[in-house]
Amino acid sequence: MVIENLVKQIKIYTVSEITDEIKSLLELNLPTLWIEGEISNFIHHSSGHRYFTLKDGNAQIKSVLWRDIGDFLKFEIEDGMKVVVYGNISVYEKQGQYQLYVEDIVPAGLGKFELAFRQLKERLFKEGLFEEEHKKPIPEFPQTIGIVTSSTGAAIQDIIRILHRRMPSVEIILNPVKVQGDGAGWEIAQAITDFNQFKNVDVLIIGRGGGSLEDLWAFNEEIVARAIYASEIPVVSAVGHEIDFTIADLAADLRAPTPSAAAELVVKDKREVLSQIKNLTQSLIEYQLAQIADAKIRVKTAAESYGMKKLWDMLTQKAQRIDELVKNMGWLVNQSLKNSKQNLANVMGKLKALSPLSILERGYSVCYKLPDLILVKDVNKLKLEDAVEVRLHKGKFKGKVEEIEKNW
Amino acid sequence: MAQKSSFEKALNRLDEIVSQLESGDLSLDESLKIFQEGIELSRFCTKKLSEAESKVKKLTKTSSGKFKLEDLKIEEKEE
Repeated sequence: MVIENLVKQIKIYTVSEITDEIKSLLELNLPTLWIEGEISNFIHHSSGHRYFTLKDGNAQIKSVLWRDIGDFLKFEIEDGMKVVVYGNISVYEKQGQYQLYVEDIVPAGLGKFELAFRQLKERLFKEGLFEEEHKKPIPEFPQTIGIVTSSTGAAIQDIIRILHRRMPSVEIILNPVKVQGDGAGWEIAQAITDFNQFKNVDVLIIGRGGGSLEDLWAFNEEIVARAIYASEIPVVSAVGHEIDFTIADLAADLRAPTPSAAAELVVKDKREVLSQIKNLTQSLIEYQLAQIADAKIRVKTAAESYGMKKLWDMLTQKAQRIDELVKNMGWLVNQSLKNSKQNLANVMGKLKALSPLSILERGYSVCYKLPDLILVKDVNKLKLEDAVEVRLHKGKFKGKVEEIEKNW
Repeated sequence: MAQKSSFEKALNRLDEIVSQLESGDLSLDESLKIFQEGIELSRFCTKKLSEAESKVKKLTKTSSGKFKLEDLKIEEKEE
């Protein structure tokens, strides 16, 4: 009986239970970590997953690299390769084995920069430096463009040439910096901060031309990422070639694949904008044309219904004038549609002459009541002593109503 | 930040005027007024776009921490 009671007090685990315990002990105490070692027994299984043993002089650990991570590695894993692996340790229950589950892997040695890059990237990502919500929109029509790059590199020449070509009216301000070597990161960050104190630029381009990973390194420095993040002025990054991705690119409001591409992203092509203005102006003319045509009908109707004999001449003249306007404007619209290279300023000059305001030239004047500039169409709207402004050819004058004579 | 330039404002206003005219809700006087404004905006925008060549300046900071702009000549690459 005593023995039976004793047995009842002992906790007896099943194999599964104890394995679960071990598993949670491992997972809780060893979070995701970086491990350096050498690859051996590498197998690329037909399932697509990769298996290997990571070892050093005294120990080894079985490692699993799932297909969805392994397929995106930028290098081929081979036996004997020295690597640094990022992953977590857990238990494979079926074989009672602990294993390393690989999340990332970089070649050791060659991977020093790469490793630092990934660690910084991960840290800044967690801190929120790359968040979409923080990114500022790039202005559509920047007037002044600040550039942070070397004054002697190819990048500044490319950028200036393209900005020149696309939008000659922009102003370019360079804050020249060292883009590689000791202190380059600090200079770049300082230049971004300077521009933010200077304030009078609409957008910043920071970058340099292509080079080795080491050459581009300044753009992977934390100080640069933080300066970009803190910038009130939108930042476009333009580092190296298409394939180069830097921390600066991730922190920037917009990433351009190259310095030339940055220049193209930042300003629109002048010719495109001119054609947009031309289209708008044409619509303007067309709609105004419709308005005038409408007014013409109303004038006619008014004339007929009132049968004002005395005014008839004037009205027919007006109607005729409107007819002319309509004809001329129609011609103008056709012309400018036909001839897309026609000087827009020229078109607009003609248009202004055609504007009904040019009626003033013919001796008519328009009277507005002050102070609100209400057009006076009816003498009954005026009282003695009202201040009025009269617009006529070449200008306007102000006066007071001294006498009112009503005709009907 | 991201202040709109006078050019951008003018272009947006021109766009707005065209929509207003398109709606046809305006009296002849009103439409005349904004038609005139539209033509002026169009002229302004065209003029802005045709303004002088790109100016390239260099930003420098004096020892007292003030900023100065200097003209900058960049040797152009032969194309």
